[in-house]
Amino acid sequence: MAGAIWVLGESKGSDLARVSAEVATLGSALGAAAGLDVVGVVAGASPDGLAAEFARYLPLVHSLAVPEAAETAFASAVGPSLAALVEREQPAYLLVGATSDGRDIAGILSVLLGWGVIANASAILWQDGRPEVEVSILGGKLLTTSVFTGQHGIITVRPTSVTAEPLASRGSVVPVTVSPEIALPAVTVVSRVAEESEAVPIDEARVIVCAGRGVGGPEGMHLVQALANELGGTVGASRAAVDSGWIPYSQQIGQTGKTVKPRLYVGLGVSGAMQHMVGMRTSETIVAVNRDAEAPIAEVADLVVIGDLFAFVQALISALQARST
Amino acid sequence: MRIVVLAKPVPDAGQERLRNDFRMDREATTEVINGNDEYALEAALKLVEASPDGGEVVLLAMAPDHAQETLRKGLALGAASAVLVTDPALEGSCALTTAHVLAAALRELSFDLVIAGVDTSDGGGGVVAAGVAALLGLPYLSYAARIEPSDGRVRVRRITPNGYEVLEAPMPALISATQALGAPRYPTLKGIMGARRKEIVIRTLADLDLAGARARGVEVGGAAATARVTGSRPRAPRGTPKVVQGSPAEAAQEVVTFLAERRLI
Repeated sequence: MAGAIWVLGESKGSDLARVSAEVATLGSALGAAAGLDVVGVVAGASPDGLAAEFARYLPLVHSLAVPEAAETAFASAVGPSLAALVEREQPAYLLVGATSDGRDIAGILSVLLGWGVIANASAILWQDGRPEVEVSILGGKLLTTSVFTGQHGIITVRPTSVTAEPLASRGSVVPVTVSPEIALPAVTVVSRVAEESEAVPIDEARVIVCAGRGVGGPEGMHLVQALANELGGTVGASRAAVDSGWIPYSQQIGQTGKTVKPRLYVGLGVSGAMQHMVGMRTSETIVAVNRDAEAPIAEVADLVVIGDLFAFVQALISALQARST
Repeated sequence: MRIVVLAKPVPDAGQERLRNDFRMDREATTEVINGNDEYALEAALKLVEASPDGGEVVLLAMAPDHAQETLRKGLALGAASAVLVTDPALEGSCALTTAHVLAAALRELSFDLVIAGVDTSDGGGGVVAAGVAALLGLPYLSYAARIEPSDGRVRVRRITPNGYEVLEAPMPALISATQALGAPRYPTLKGIMGARRKEIVIRTLADLDLAGARARGVEVGGAAATARVTGSRPRAPRGTPKVVQGSPAEAAQEVVTFLAERRLI
């Protein structure tokens, strides 16, 4: 199917990453607007299970077996096979989530195929016979539109840009094989460690309760976690809280951490350093709880609570519990 | 141990502006070394300091000529020298052509490791390092939280969406660095003074061997960019926030009402 739009599916643990389902939904809308077929591709050591899951969102999914991916780093293992498949099937555009694996794959495919990359899309329109990609830049201050100068390109899509919608009926999975002419240097995977967590990853979370310096320490973190539990959310943190060792780096929001776009962001004792705000400014609703009425986070908030963090959060948890009983 | 750090000069956070042609204004604001590249530099300095046979850290950047000032900040932290690829024709380069230019510059350097930040605060695509590694045929170990070289090989703890994986490859290799590697040091007065005497090698496009790019049918430079920005608009402002004060119980009730109105609870 030359000229199609391809969507790359990736795993999180043994499941389909939610961002992949979202990108499939985004790609389907783009394909409908463009009059182009939309095809899923899942590459991996044994991709069939993931491909079947991906087919809930797309009418056709290629399942590309790359045995090396079992024991070597993912992007370097599957990159040459994906590039060979693209060269054979000639799709026009590739879409992939702006995740760690997605970005690694995009960078590798870009040079192997000679295709440009537009990164961190929040929306994609079809205009004048090509994709017009909307990107939120400078920490959400500006929205830009970008286009490819050629006939092909790779677009990485930010998590939570759209809500994933399964198809009415499951699509089909077609196993494919290729023999790539090149290989990239193998990187051995010595071990894979899954850290058990029931919480949704921070960049996919719909509700985030974020701890700032004002939380004060581990005791305060318990309160942050309790509010997150009550709201059905994930705990995030500013760099100050991560540097203090209260919470792992994986939960950090901001310039050198994750960029998030939840429906609800609640900042507890977060003053709003620019390096933090560039990572959360585009959240749909922002609530800031702070002792200091002049804290910069007020500039981006919808609701500001001024007062003692601990007394307020305890009262809020009680009020939420009273409401649900 | 010889390490090249890809250190991109970027506008300081909050000061970035786009010009009328939608390119980043790199003249009007103070520039700093990109945050994640600072973690790369710190990790590189520590590795060299811990190396029994010594070594050095070299900075590499593709940037306008005035970025020399920003690179001095990295030299003040302990890098031995810097290479700045600068050419008016490179303005407006895309990620793909940037990867080709950096790869061409790296082909002229000797190193055991190349370390780059996982992404930059201005472009933020996080794809260039992977591209450079693929072009140079270097093992690529990304999203590093820990870097441990030994006996000609390097081990990296890579952050994954649900935990981490331990990767291993022979050196030379290319690693992308996260903040989890540890906070950068502060420059000392001695370091700042010493940085003035350190060498910044200037390379223009004419100095680089770009046969590798041409062999792949890729021209470099802004005119050959594979993507361009065609428009920009400010995000609609949120308006003045609602401010809640009063007793904790009253404030909590107001917040519950607010969240319920927005169907967030």
